[in-house]
Amino acid sequence: MTPPPKVSIRGLSMRFPTDGSVIEVLSSIDLEVKDGELVCILGPSGCGKSTLLNIVGGFLKATSGAVLIDEQEVAGPDPRRIFVFQERGVFPWLTVEGNVGFGLFRLGAAERAERIAYYVKLVGLSGFENAYPQELSGGMKQRLEVARALAVNPDVLFLDEPFGALDSITRLVMRSELLRIRRAEKKTILFVTHDIDESVQLADRVVVMSTRPATIRRIVEIDMSHPRDLSSPRYIALRDLLLGEIGLAHKI
Amino acid sequence: MKRLLPFSATAALLIVWFLAAHRQVSGLFPDPLQVLKGLLELLRRGLLAKYVVASLFRVTWGYSLAVVTAIPLGLLLGWYKRGERALNPLLQLLRPISPLAWIPISILWFGVGDVAAIFLIFLASFLPLTAAAMNAVRNVPPTLLRAGRNFGLSNPRLLVDVILPAALPQLIVALRISLGVAWLVVVAAEMIAVNSGLGFLIVDARNAGNRYDLVVAGMVMIGLIGLVLDLGMQQLEKMKALKWGYGS
Ligand SMILES: Nc1ncnc2c1ncn2[C@@H]1O[C@H](COP(=O)(O)OP(=O)(O)OP(=O)(O)O)[C@@H](O)[C@H]1O
Ligand SMILES: [Mg+2]
Repeated sequence: MTPPPKVSIRGLSMRFPTDGSVIEVLSSIDLEVKDGELVCILGPSGCGKSTLLNIVGGFLKATSGAVLIDEQEVAGPDPRRIFVFQERGVFPWLTVEGNVGFGLFRLGAAERAERIAYYVKLVGLSGFENAYPQELSGGMKQRLEVARALAVNPDVLFLDEPFGALDSITRLVMRSELLRIRRAEKKTILFVTHDIDESVQLADRVVVMSTRPATIRRIVEIDMSHPRDLSSPRYIALRDLLLGEIGLAHKI
Repeated sequence: MKRLLPFSATAALLIVWFLAAHRQVSGLFPDPLQVLKGLLELLRRGLLAKYVVASLFRVTWGYSLAVVTAIPLGLLLGWYKRGERALNPLLQLLRPISPLAWIPISILWFGVGDVAAIFLIFLASFLPLTAAAMNAVRNVPPTLLRAGRNFGLSNPRLLVDVILPAALPQLIVALRISLGVAWLVVVAAEMIAVNSGLGFLIVDARNAGNRYDLVVAGMVMIGLIGLVLDLGMQQLEKMKALKWGYGS
């Protein structure tokens, strides 16, 4: 018997009423994500990736269909599943410690301090405990937001283009950091991106979306173990496959 | 050099003032030295301390009452959009009415005395503070609200732990401006509604024998205290937990 999926998306559709007309953004999406799996949702800009993630996260209500997590229908945001925004989600009035400890208000002081110290170290922000976000670089703010999410020990993480605002070097570093953190803390991760390389580097499976109204075009399994060799024939073959699916020739 | 510039500008102004005072025909307008003597006289008679304390007392009460009522009210109105829709038109109608226009009514309600003056100061700070708090809530970035909700914060907690700190930089600016207005209003209120304080000093010195040296001495004190109050509020904006809100 196979274990039940962690996340199960069933017949999900989303239409937004705009003045006069209605735009259809998502059209009958079906997807199952296994416990501990890292799934990348890849698609062209404006196709509805963020909308999908917001519905799964409980921040938006779908027009029809359902999302189940642990076989329970999602009714709203929940601290067991944390959404990570593009670095702008950190609280600018709190220090690094204050941000990491933000969701730990139910814990006693000692345990709180211990968890803060652990996660500050895990994301490599030791020495910056008392710094304010405006004193951190973009990559450090992003790590801070990841630490704040991990500190409440969620079992699902939603990441919406978390590294999109970073430069290409920092982005590469952050990806390997994410993979390192994932080895330490087994989480189910839904990762939205429009970067094909990013999806091949990170994902167990890549879900390719069509343009709006978004449907799932194809799900590609990334059958490579970590660390992945970015110049191996398999990597290049998978990248080309995804490029083709997105509808881009691999020449510029 | 940086300090020298304002210093020499002030000195030049004092010299011009001195020369002008000595060229006038009426002889009523005091020169800087006479003003200084007037200040010392007030100090010796114990009036300066008494009046400064009286004015600050009224401002403290009127302003504090406004802060503790307007900020929670404004935050709540900004949060519950329906409250805002209901009360905003009334607020916008009351705001353009100068607090000084309320002087007759406040004397009618509270008689001549401290309470009338405190009421005027309260009004002068309350309306702009409420409006500012309301706006500040509206400007809280939605991502921060969502993050707060995601971590399971209840509504009251969200108000205290996310909305208030996110709104604080804007609130501090409003607090600074309205303290300035409160200080303007206390002087005006004291000219009519009470018989102590720096505003009273100014009217009284003129009425009781054209003592324009004391009039200007009172004005100088008002300016100095206003400056100190504003500098104090400016220090708040430099706090690290707030600095993020004022750009780079
Ligand atoms: N609240 C809303 N009301 C109306 N239309 C909306 C709303 N939110 C999103 N849309 C529309 O839905 C479509 C998909 O938006 P979404 O943000 O999900 O795209 P995306 O795939 O995340 O794009 P990107 O890669 O640029 O972030 C867009 O055309 C957008 O205009
Ligand atoms: Mg998006």
